[in-house]
Amino acid sequence: MKKWMQFLVLISSITSTSALLASGGIDGGGGNTMTSVTNAKWKAECSSCHMLYQPGLLPERSWNKMMSGLDKHFGENASLDAATRDEITHFLVTNSAEKSTNRRSNRINQSIPANATPLRISETRYFMSKHDEVSPSTFQRKSIGSAANCIACHKSAEKGDFSESQIRIPR
Amino acid sequence: MRKNMMLLGLLFSVNVLAATPQELLKQYETQAKQENPAFSGFSADRGASFFKAEHVHSTGQKVSCSTCHTADPRNQGKTRANKVIEPMATIANPQRFTDAAKVEKWFGRNCKDVLERACTAQEKGDYIQYLVNVK
Repeated sequence: MKKWMQFLVLISSITSTSALLASGGIDGGGGNTMTSVTNAKWKAECSSCHMLYQPGLLPERSWNKMMSGLDKHFGENASLDAATRDEITHFLVTNSAEKSTNRRSNRINQSIPANATPLRISETRYFMSKHDEVSPSTFQRKSIGSAANCIACHKSAEKGDFSESQIRIPR
Repeated sequence: MRKNMMLLGLLFSVNVLAATPQELLKQYETQAKQENPAFSGFSADRGASFFKAEHVHSTGQKVSCSTCHTADPRNQGKTRANKVIEPMATIANPQRFTDAAKVEKWFGRNCKDVLERACTAQEKGDYIQYLVNVK
């Protein structure tokens, strides 16, 4: 009986260790930093007007909505040819928030009601709770511009790293 | 039919290979002649006023090319989302007007944003002529 129990403990520890290793290999082991995934077209097209937003910042339904309305992209025409648009959409959808296992993507996703499809990350409950101590006048500083400009304060934002140690709010 | 094919071939080759501003101007000249039989060349002066001309957008905002590119095309500009735009004048940025697809992409977007319509080949040519001539 005792030997049988020992065997069970051994087996379960092996399975959980390998599961941990597997998740670590695929997506950063459930840490806070988003998996730094990349795609050349996404990088070139999505960072010519604004900072580069990691796919793990919004769920699949948000990216689909975003990419099907590029002719009216936050008040600007950001149209792409169909092939480029489809490739970028595929990349965003494949790596969206609900498909990432890092904690921050999970929390963003969980903070969005099932019936909502936000286009602005700053409208998610997760973002708002994380920035409740930042006043609107701070966001409006010339050096920042708006809440959409993550990189003004989070210098590693484009790599999906929003950790506290990387924050510096400019004057 | 043959003429159309040749034109298609020309457009295709210009789109694929790196172009010079002069080649792009030639391409827009061909289009401008088709749009207007009385076409009489591109004008840098017309391009300069086009660059600065303010339009009242349907949102009520006054917009022009220089809203984002600044009044001096040798300067860096800034997008509404705070991103730097490299200078438009070729003297400050020799990369400008060397990629036909890129040029068409941005005319396509920005003409609709500023003018709320597509630009004519005449306007595109005047614009490039101005930015090539700025010293």
